[in-house]
Amino acid sequence: MEKTINNRAWFMVLPVLFLVAFTAVIPLMTVVNYAFQDSFGNNQFFWVGTEWFTDLLSSERFHDALVRNLIFSFSILAIEIPLGIGIALCMPKKGWGVPVCLVLMALPLLVPWNVVGTIWQVFGRADIGLLGYFLNSIGINYNYTQDPVAAWATVIVMDVWHWTSLVVLLCYAGLVSIPEAYYQAARIDGASRWAVFRFIQLPKMHSVLLIAVLLRFMDSFMIYTEPFVVTGGGPGNSTTFLSIDLVKMAIGQFDLGPAAAMSLVYFLIILLFSWVFYTVMNNAGGEKQQYAGEE
Amino acid sequence: MLELKHVSKHVDGVGHIRDVSLRLESGSLNVLLGPTLSGKTTVMRLMAGLDKPTSGQVLVNGQDMTGVSVRKRDVAMVYQQFINYPALTVYENIASPLRVAGVKGAEVDKQVRKAADLMKLTPYLERTPLNLSGGQQQRTAIARALVKGAHLVLMDEPLANLDYKLREELRDELPKIFSESGAVFVYATTEPTEALLLGGRTATLHEGHISQFGDTLDVYRNPQDIITAQTFSDPPLNILGLTKKGGEFRTSNGTLIPASEEEKRLPDGHYKAGFRPHHLYLHRQSAEAVSLPAKVDVSEITGSESFVHVTCLNHRWVALEHGIHNVEVDAEIEVFVDAKNFMIFDDEGRSAASLMAVNA
Repeated sequence: MEKTINNRAWFMVLPVLFLVAFTAVIPLMTVVNYAFQDSFGNNQFFWVGTEWFTDLLSSERFHDALVRNLIFSFSILAIEIPLGIGIALCMPKKGWGVPVCLVLMALPLLVPWNVVGTIWQVFGRADIGLLGYFLNSIGINYNYTQDPVAAWATVIVMDVWHWTSLVVLLCYAGLVSIPEAYYQAARIDGASRWAVFRFIQLPKMHSVLLIAVLLRFMDSFMIYTEPFVVTGGGPGNSTTFLSIDLVKMAIGQFDLGPAAAMSLVYFLIILLFSWVFYTVMNNAGGEKQQYAGEE
Repeated sequence: MLELKHVSKHVDGVGHIRDVSLRLESGSLNVLLGPTLSGKTTVMRLMAGLDKPTSGQVLVNGQDMTGVSVRKRDVAMVYQQFINYPALTVYENIASPLRVAGVKGAEVDKQVRKAADLMKLTPYLERTPLNLSGGQQQRTAIARALVKGAHLVLMDEPLANLDYKLREELRDELPKIFSESGAVFVYATTEPTEALLLGGRTATLHEGHISQFGDTLDVYRNPQDIITAQTFSDPPLNILGLTKKGGEFRTSNGTLIPASEEEKRLPDGHYKAGFRPHHLYLHRQSAEAVSLPAKVDVSEITGSESFVHVTCLNHRWVALEHGIHNVEVDAEIEVFVDAKNFMIFDDEGRSAASLMAVNA
């Protein structure tokens, strides 16, 4: 039988096409357009080729922000993933505790970014903030507006407070999907608590962990609002991450060309890292343990 | 040897298992037969030591093991779901009980390869369970149980999730493989046919109570009560209400059915005759057969067999006939029963044979 070809079917796709064009393609192309031109007032544009890109990639300011961003992302992954798994393992599997825990866990996720920033900004203040005042009163010199270490600690703890819940909820979903029979079989086998975690729970959580790592990486790499509210990128440039730098450049200095080039590079970096994480974790999951008969 | 003595299990005050007593010999094959929710899994959990009975004792080789943790017992279990370590290869899965037991080096390899060979898993040793078919996954789980060499091997509907052909294959192999190990082998199933094919001994379970335990064929042929007969019948047992007076049974429409010599000794009163679907005939098979009027409800043909559901004297019956019999729905037909196929039960469901044994 001949396949029916009806060209009018294309009309059905048009609305989506328009929507995607307006929300994604056209803004992105505008950015690409800016990235290769220099602009002055009166809508005058001059072609500059790859100048902005070469400038950016050799700029120390960009390198520093990128390194800061990487350190930040890897730090919060290193804290949030194990902590999230740990909390998920401790959560009850049934009974009245389940809804209580789930609601408690979901609470930080419901707070808007800038509110989280404001909360921690006030919380950490040395003069009136509960945390800041307490730390200083027990002799720890803590002032996130002057001390880069304190600023970093505040930003990281804030992110852990805000987002560990997401990892917990994802891991918990993975854990409760493990049939009871697995635990029974492990008990009958005489498997230790560690063996149950290593050989049953962790492999069964593999796919949700992959999602958790990807989400947390992408999100932390794009972090803007919270550090902006708390430290404003300071003290100095110590907590100026890529996004804060980008906004400074685009809106503060109105350097549209370099900012557009940076946006593209930024986007490609996130894409690249996400792809690497995905590939590495996927391969790790399918890894076969081959110590067959080698003892 | 495994012995349950008056074991009961209550959960939140509700009795799940009532007064179960069983004595299972080493090297024996024991089938737990009962419908879903009859308590098979609970009984197995109690046998394994995964749960502690509310009352009663569990003895292993005469030693009281009630309340001893499952880790300290010598048990292997296979489930309806295919349970293996997801990240380990088939080889490591089979080796896992040996490693826990602290078996060393070459001995592990030898035993794993032997079990893998028996379960036809040798080509798949380096794969992970998720890269195997359902049948191979279950074979891996069975190989794990086998290699453990446990004293008690529990199988909770192990073949229920497999397709027909694999099920037949494994059902043949399992009893042979495990009978050699000398373990107490317990196999739970919902299917009477499976119990008959496995042989060995069968305990019929109904609402958390063992209604009968004995040689499989004996339980099938001589059920002590109507519940056992019903549990051990697929399609369902046909039941005919009868009134006995003198040497005859009378049906509700006045048809007379002569009682056998033994049955004549029963006191007069109400009885129930149970007979199996293949003993309800659509055509007269013998001179002694009695004809009854019936109306056809449903007629199903499965290729080589026909199932005809009829209503007869307010009883719903199934007739199982070989070959293809096209019967029109709602047709008024004659069905035939033969008293020699009857299992007679009294009003309380006790079989005539067990009644006479008590009277004697």
